[in-house]
This record gives sequence, C-alpha cells and structure tokens, in this order.
Amino acid sequence: MPVKGQIASGPLLAVSNLTKLFGSFAACDAINLHIEPGEIHALLGENGAGKSTLVKMLFGVLAPTAGEILWMGDNVRITSPGDARKLGIGMVFQHFSLFEALTVAENIALSMDRSISLARVAEEAARLSRVYGLPLDPNAHVADLSVGERQRIEIVRALLQNPQLIILDEPTSVLTPQEADRLFETLLKLKAEGRSVLYISHRLEEVQRLCDRATVLRHGKVTGACDPRAETPASLARMMVGNDVAVVTPEGTSTTGDVQLEACHLSVAARTPFAVSLKDVSLKVRAGEVLAIAGVAGNGQSELFDALSGEYPVADDNAVQIRQKPVGTKNINARRLMGAGFVPEERHGHAAVSSLSLSDNLVLARNQSDRRAFLGGGFLKIIRQGAVKAAARRISAAMDVRKSGEDPPAGSLSGGNLQKFIVGRELDRQPAVLVVNQPTWGVDAGAASRIRQALVDLAKAGSAVLVISQDLDEIFEVATEIAVISEGRLSDPYPARELSREKIGLLMGGMHGKTEGAGAAHAH
Amino acid sequence: MRIELEKRPNVSALFSILSPFIAFALTIVFGGIMFALLGKNPAAALYSFFVEPLSEVWSLHELAIKAAPLILIGVGLSVCFRSNNWNIGAEGQFIMGAIAGSILPVVFYDWQSPLVLPLMLVLGMIGGAIFAAIPAFLKAHMNTNEILTSLMLVYVAQLFLDWLVRGPWRNPQGMNFPETRTFGADAILPEMLVSGRTHWGFAFAIIAALLVWFMMRYTLRGFEITVLGQSERAGRFAGFSSRRMIWFSMLFSGALAGLAGISEVSGAIQQLRPVISPGYGFTAIIVAFLGRLNPLGIIAAGLVLALTYLGGEAAQLSIGVSDKVTRVFQGLLLFFVLSCDTLIHYRIRVVRERFAALKTDEAH
Repeated sequence: MPVKGQIASGPLLAVSNLTKLFGSFAACDAINLHIEPGEIHALLGENGAGKSTLVKMLFGVLAPTAGEILWMGDNVRITSPGDARKLGIGMVFQHFSLFEALTVAENIALSMDRSISLARVAEEAARLSRVYGLPLDPNAHVADLSVGERQRIEIVRALLQNPQLIILDEPTSVLTPQEADRLFETLLKLKAEGRSVLYISHRLEEVQRLCDRATVLRHGKVTGACDPRAETPASLARMMVGNDVAVVTPEGTSTTGDVQLEACHLSVAARTPFAVSLKDVSLKVRAGEVLAIAGVAGNGQSELFDALSGEYPVADDNAVQIRQKPVGTKNINARRLMGAGFVPEERHGHAAVSSLSLSDNLVLARNQSDRRAFLGGGFLKIIRQGAVKAAARRISAAMDVRKSGEDPPAGSLSGGNLQKFIVGRELDRQPAVLVVNQPTWGVDAGAASRIRQALVDLAKAGSAVLVISQDLDEIFEVATEIAVISEGRLSDPYPARELSREKIGLLMGGMHGKTEGAGAAHAH
Repeated sequence: MRIELEKRPNVSALFSILSPFIAFALTIVFGGIMFALLGKNPAAALYSFFVEPLSEVWSLHELAIKAAPLILIGVGLSVCFRSNNWNIGAEGQFIMGAIAGSILPVVFYDWQSPLVLPLMLVLGMIGGAIFAAIPAFLKAHMNTNEILTSLMLVYVAQLFLDWLVRGPWRNPQGMNFPETRTFGADAILPEMLVSGRTHWGFAFAIIAALLVWFMMRYTLRGFEITVLGQSERAGRFAGFSSRRMIWFSMLFSGALAGLAGISEVSGAIQQLRPVISPGYGFTAIIVAFLGRLNPLGIIAAGLVLALTYLGGEAAQLSIGVSDKVTRVFQGLLLFFVLSCDTLIHYRIRVVRERFAALKTDEAH
C-alpha cells in the first residue's frame, strides 16, 4: 500500500464505535478515539471503566464485538498481538510476562523472529537501552532485577519492533517516584522521534504533566476528550467519576495516645521462594493515630500483614503486641478477641468468599469475636442467621453498600461496594486496633473516599489504625505518621506533614537505588 | 459456526437442580444406544434394567441394602469433597472397617453379649478412620496428594482382606473355602422391617445423611467446611485451619465408610470373604456428585446407583448381557453429571458471526 506515507498527516490510529460485549455487559460501548502521530495520549478512567478492554482490542488480545479500527487510515482487523506488532503497535502490560530464570536478552529474544541470534538481540537491546536512557544489562537474570528494571525490559522489547504506537498500561503503579520520572523522560524522547504513546492511567497528576491530550472513559463510554493541561484535577476527576469526590484529611488524628499495636524487632523468614522476608521490623501505632506504611508492591507488605494479623503467627511472642500484651504466637481470632480487626488486600478468596452471601462473609470474619451474638445451640455452634443478617443489614446501611437483593453473594458486588462491606464489617465492631492492607485497591473514587474517611474517623474516635498502601495520594489523605517499607525493612516513622513525595520516594528506593546504580554501570 | 461456552454472571439456580436430571436422561439415551448396538431391543432392555427391579417387594429390599453403603459413604465423601479434600479411597476404608469390626465375631467368636454388635460398629468406624488417617497424615504433614495415596491404599486393603480370609482368619470348619466363620447371632445387624431383608444399615445411612445435612446447613462446622473448600486463604482469615480440616474430613468420611463396611458384612454377608464390596466405595463418589454433594440429594442418588447394581443383575438374567453393563451405566452417569455441571456456570452459545466476518474480509 504505497499511500501509507501520505496519510501520515491524518491520525495514526482512529477507533470508531468500538464495542466489546461480555454477555450483555458492555465493557466498551461505542468508543471513539483518535491518536495523532507524535503525541502522548492519555486514556483516563477508574478501575473497571473499560481501559484495559479497549487496549486489549487494539493489541489483538480481544476481538471487538462491533466497530472499526483504522490504522493510518486503513480499516484493519487485529486478531493477534503478532498482527498488532506487524502494524507497528507495541504494548507494555501492567503485569509483566517475563521468565524469571532467563536473562534479559533471552526474554527479549523469545518475542523476536527465531532467525535473529541471541548476540544480536543483546547488542540491539543494549543499544536501545542506551539511546532511550533505560539502563539495562542484557546478561542479567530477570529474577535479580527490580520491578522498574523489569518494566524497562518490556519497554525495550516493544521498542525493538520499531513501533509507531506504544501502549503502556498503568506503567507507574509499580514504580517509585524517581523511577517514574526516568520513565517520563524516555516517553518524551519517543515522542520527539515522532512516535505516539497511548498512556493509560488513573493518576491525574502524571497525565497533566506528560500528556498532550486525554480521553476519559467511564462505565465503558467516552465521557470526555480534552487537553489535560487545560483542565484542573477536579474537572478531570469529575469526568472520571461523574461527580465531585469528598476530600479526606487526617485532621484531628494525633500521636499522643497509648501504644495499642506494636511490632518489636519482628523478623520473619520468607515462606515461599516468591515471598519477601521481614527484617527487624519495629513499629508503634497509638490510639488516635493512623500510621501509614508506604512502599512499592512486593516489598513485604503482605508478609507484614500476615504477621500482624496472626494468619501466620510468628515464633517470638513479644514480636507483636496488641494493647501491650504479647500476641506473636497467637492466632488471628485470639487477636480479634483482644480488640483488633483486620482487612486484607485481596477481596476475593481472602477477605471474602465470592460465592457466599454477605451475611456468611460476616460470619467469616467475626465467628469468634461475636460468638455470643452469632452462635447458639451450645457445642453445636448453630449460626443464628437472624442476628447475622441484621448485622449485615446494619453494616450495609452504615457504609452505603449498593447491592442487588437483600443478601446477595459477595461476588456479585462491585469492587468498591464489596470493599465498603469488608471495611464496614470491622468498623462495626469498633476495633481498638485496625490493620488494613491496601484499603482502596481497585476501588472507585467515591467508595475510596468513603473508606478513607471512615479510617480517619475511627482513629479520631480513639482507635489505632495501621494502613498499608501503595497509593501515595491515599497515604497523604489519611496518615498521621508515615513509614516506608522496602525489601522487608521498615523505615522510621515520620510525621506526615513533614514528608514530601520525593522523600518517600527516596525511602522507597532504599536498596533499589543502589542496585540500579550497579545495573546502569553494567549496561554502559 | 462454532459453539462457545459463555460464563454466566451468576450461578444458574435452575441448572444446578436440572443438571442431575439431564445427566440421568442422557445416560438413559446412551444406554439405549448401547443396548441397540448389542442387538437388544433398547426399550425392553432399559425396562428390565431400570423398572423391573422396582416391581417387587423383595427387590425393593435389595435396593435398600445396596443403597445403604452407597449413601453412608457418599455422605461422608460429600464432607470431604466440599472441604476440597479428595478422598478416593473409601473402598479401602470400607474394607478396613469391615475387618476391624469383624475382630469380635471372628477372633473372639465364643464371646456372646448384647455388647458385641455396638462394639463391632464402633470398631468398624475406628478401622475406617484409622485407614483414612494415613492419607490424612501424608497430606497434612508431607503435602502429599491424597487422591493418589488414598486410591493406592484401596489395593492394600483389598489384598490384606484376601490374605486374612485365606490365612489366619479362615474358617477351620469351612472346607478350606476362603471365608471366615459365619457370625454369631449377637454379631448380626438385625432386619429393620418384617417384610424383608433390609437391615439397620439403611437406617444408619438415612440418619447420617440427616445429621450431616443439619451440620452443613446450620452449624459453624458446616460453614468452616464450605469456606475452606472454597478458599483456604479465606478460611485462614476466618481462623479456620485447613490442616485440621484435612484430618476432620478424612477421619469423618473414613469412619462412615468403615461403618458402611461393618454394616454390610454384619447385616448382609454375615462373614468375611475375599471380596465384600462390588465397588461401593468408588460408586459412592458418583453418588456424592450426582447428589450435588448435598446429603439429601445423596439419599436419592444412592437409590439411583443402587438400582444400577440391581439392573446389572437383572440384565444378566433376563436379557443375557454381562453385568459389566452396571459399570458402563455408572461411568456414563458420572461422565454426564460432571459435564452437565458445566451448564451451571456457563451457557452454551452457537456463534455464526465468523461467517459474517469472512464476508466483510472479502469485501476489502
């Protein structure tokens, strides 16, 4: 097709009325979007807005139900990622697809033509990584690399195909602020070369900083197309969420109360080869305060939660203390009986069983702490459905849980509504200590704001609240004090108002910063 | 054109009830085809297989006798399966229960007391439970796959029984037949009804089914079983221990299989022989699934599968085919039950759009 070059003046990619139905549910509903050559285009939207579905159709992973994709003016059908790469579309997924046991070069070679030798791949990858400021050692094993470095492999892998359009799905969700800055420089360089970038995010600040235009999705529909720099964060949020979201502040919490939750030189060996070991973690949470633990995913957050909750008790009884009593060897229900409540990160299959009703999921967390109210019949331990259902109703009303039917299965609720129920399930007990891991992960902004406010209110009422979160916005909204976890080590806590994002970023980098320096030295 | 399975947004309540019936209907259809291929009149063959055994009082008693172990074992297995523990060795636990319970009437045959029978039943349960404790221990502490260990132990139990009745436990007055002494009057599980042979094992089965139904529906223990079966991690969050659940479910199902074993031996056979079960322990797996792992459903499913045993016997006599037909029907039934369960979570859609897509391609 010789006309290709001339059409370069038109949009690089145009999508018209693109629709994807899952059953009767429209994940993408008649989406229109066009991307110009040499622009960084943001695709904004909350979790579940249809962003990932849209890009999966563009990359040939999902087949559209209806609508057209025009690439340089030609109507194309993209039936596989191979098709997409041939056209000139590269993609960096949110979850990396790398083999940990192989080297960087071997991983890259896997996606290339078989005829190209490994040495050439390594050479080319090293060259690209130099040109685009993505320090990478082609001979390093992936298992030894940080998340930021792994992402660079994906980016280099995409660049090797010499794409006209690069799609990045939530690239900064796994990066420290410093790593993110470096990524932005790379993206600007790509733009300067006339390549286009489709940048998917729900972080308004990044989008305003980086992107030339933005398309906003909500519930599978385009709700706005704009220049993000001409908008305010509030106006962008309105397009994403549909209404104004209440602002949460940690005002009114303080660190003057008694210590209610304490970890004392807590060390835990990794349970599996993929887990992180905790190294000498000490923390204190006082009545009336929210201590937030920031950190990039996979630095020991879930391991810390497991040890504090007692799902996996530790050997040293004194390593964890609740209300100044040692509980390290005690199980989760013993800790609940001492006034603690816990909200794990994963909703489905951990905090809740999807196929069970909400009332059953209430029994899940409170079968011992509320046994007087919920269980009858002596040793038979008959569940008092009436009392449980009444409590479930009370929680749903208090947290504004939107559900279909009186007592639907947990799996039928949206992420935000289920999370409101799961948090409400603990708040309903007025716990003296609450430990929450990723309180609003994958939750819509309205529900997130409500949950955060509830956490702050609980601290104000005199409870000790520990929030483990990757979301810095969230941390600044709720935290009285902030500590940072990195590779299983916890930093000292700092008062939230004295900390800047940059400082947190440096703490997050912790060990990462050093290894990256070494990696860069290799690459050059 | 292609057929697509499309995940339903919610589990279909309709199909979770209909699925066993559809499976049963398909089994009948394919059974009929099989009879036709064997050169028999399918209608007449199916009639003598499924209907004739129900037409007389004595054969109804036989049905209850065959259903009793199936229901008893199936109920125990439902607890196992619901908690995600896959005890496939109920056949072995059945045999070991029968052996343990037979210690009194075989070894201490001259002890006559009303205590003999209750003790035999208790020993039977202990025997089955201890034999199930082996795979339970291996899974709970060595992370061994219980499907393999429990299945392999079946052969251990079968060979152990064979050795006993040919060796140390052989009846000294038995003309060298591989059998133990016949049990004394105190060691025999009496008949329940005056009208026929049905022994109290059938009552045990119904009582066990009702108790387990109550446990699963109303108690925290039942809730614990359900939760751990769905998600070990959520169970841990609830403070439940999956390791203790391995022990509980395996010992519980082992004990019920053992009770079934001693009831069968004491009530129906009244001595030990090299073979005391036509595969009840394996058929009970089908019973458990056909009954949707619900104890009340298992009662019905136990009766259906018992019928396939009777039908197999009848088929030999009246239509002259091998009693392997029983196995074929049981296999068909399990196959269709498991495949029909797909309909609970998925709906079937016939898609013709590919054709349309090709046409638009040509248009370019």
